[in-house]
Amino acid sequence: MTGQILIAGAGEAGLAAAITLRELGYPGTVTLVGAEPEGPYQRPPLSKEFLTAATPPAIPELRAAQFYAEHRIDLVRGTGVRTATWTRTGGVAGLGDGRELPFDAMVLATGSVPLPLPVPGAGLPGIHRLRTLADAHALRDQLEHATRVVVVGGGFIGLEVAAAARTKGASVTVVEAADRLLARVVAEPVSRFVREHHAAAGIRFLLHTRVTGLVAADSAAGGPRVGSVVLATPTGEVRLAADLVVVGVGARPVTELAAHLGVTDERGIVVDAHARTADPRVVAAGDCTVQPHPRDPDRLIRLESVHNATEQGRQAAHSLLGKPHPPRGVPYFWSNQGELKLQIAGLSDDHDDLVVRTDADRCTVLYYRSGALIAADSVNHPRDHLTVKRALASAATIDPARAADPAAPLKTLVTPLR
Amino acid sequence: MPTITFVSPDGTTHRVAAAPGASAMETAVKFGVPGIVGECGGGLACATCHVFVDPDQIGRTGPAADFEEEMLEDAETAPTPCSRLACQIRMTPDLDGLTLTIAPRQ
Repeated sequence: MTGQILIAGAGEAGLAAAITLRELGYPGTVTLVGAEPEGPYQRPPLSKEFLTAATPPAIPELRAAQFYAEHRIDLVRGTGVRTATWTRTGGVAGLGDGRELPFDAMVLATGSVPLPLPVPGAGLPGIHRLRTLADAHALRDQLEHATRVVVVGGGFIGLEVAAAARTKGASVTVVEAADRLLARVVAEPVSRFVREHHAAAGIRFLLHTRVTGLVAADSAAGGPRVGSVVLATPTGEVRLAADLVVVGVGARPVTELAAHLGVTDERGIVVDAHARTADPRVVAAGDCTVQPHPRDPDRLIRLESVHNATEQGRQAAHSLLGKPHPPRGVPYFWSNQGELKLQIAGLSDDHDDLVVRTDADRCTVLYYRSGALIAADSVNHPRDHLTVKRALASAATIDPARAADPAAPLKTLVTPLR
Repeated sequence: MPTITFVSPDGTTHRVAAAPGASAMETAVKFGVPGIVGECGGGLACATCHVFVDPDQIGRTGPAADFEEEMLEDAETAPTPCSRLACQIRMTPDLDGLTLTIAPRQ
């Protein structure tokens, strides 16, 4: 049977699905459709070295043009898949440029978009979000001249941009609504370590502080432009001067196309551990999905990472072709913030105990559930990160009683789970 | 453009041209050189682009830096003094003709 598989979304997940379909010998048409003008590229550098490099870096393409030709992957750029309907003979997709493409199976890899700040003035010039290469170019240009940068959101993106802006010499303030940085992803000791590191580099932090509005500068040449950020602090309202504001307050899954196919709800596109939706003709992968927690399948989670996107993309291809699925790896995440490298292995959200290993230069927190190792956050400690990742992959644990000594190499403490 | 010859563990070679400033890992992945995974995309987070620099050329690339060296210590294939993570080798014109042997397990 020769068919037509349409992949909506040309990020890491969509690309991984396309490549895997060919690796598995799928003989039909594979069409990879992306709304951005570029072919698949790496997003992680956009919030890091892309912003600080002296000359504008080349597009960090994931594959060369000839790769798509050699693998018979039809790459459609600059227009997204807007609609999809099932007819008696198969699916028909409507592209943004008016074209219609037939398909008999669809991979939804539509990604996510940054959430806007729901406050007055959020649309003023000088307020940036960061997701795409175009966003990164715009932000990079602004960072050349900015002197007072306010970053809203103390998560991965916010801290990476803050570190980059500080490197460029701007005065930088990070405003975070929670009482600590990275509150959704790391334990408190890691939050503190990260904050102290950045504070030593001159970044100012306002925790437990909400943004209630953005106000234009009084007399900006060339039209209105953001001039200050209005903050609600525990002690009252404060105005903070800013000539550049970067908003990094999370992202929402893009599910409009999935809604046409009836495979989404308000949390995201619901898939099983193998990227299957409720419709056998539709699979989904990457930031647009919610999937069962590996230890608690009744709970759906979003995993926003390159690793998850590529893994789900591969699972999706196997599911569509009815092939035995490869095993899922240990989830991991990373964030490079200036000189600080944060690495996370495993999922820690359901831990009941933790062990902190810290010294002046580095910090690791190990998470346990019912006495067994389930995850670790590491800052500037690649050995600990890889040791934990390997232990989790091979169903091993690390003795919590001895792990707290930062001088004891973790590697020597790994034992099989009984 | 500087060229790189990747040698697979089975002895097959792939010669590819690197864009100036691209890493050796990015170059391998872009052209589909088998054996270089580059799972994390160059974030120094995964150690799946382990290569051995030709011993005669290690002076040109330099050895692994601290953080990279620690990642290599726990790579799937045991490191040698010529081990590098290909994502940390930036291709400049003076690296033209580099030969990198891909570690058998990533």
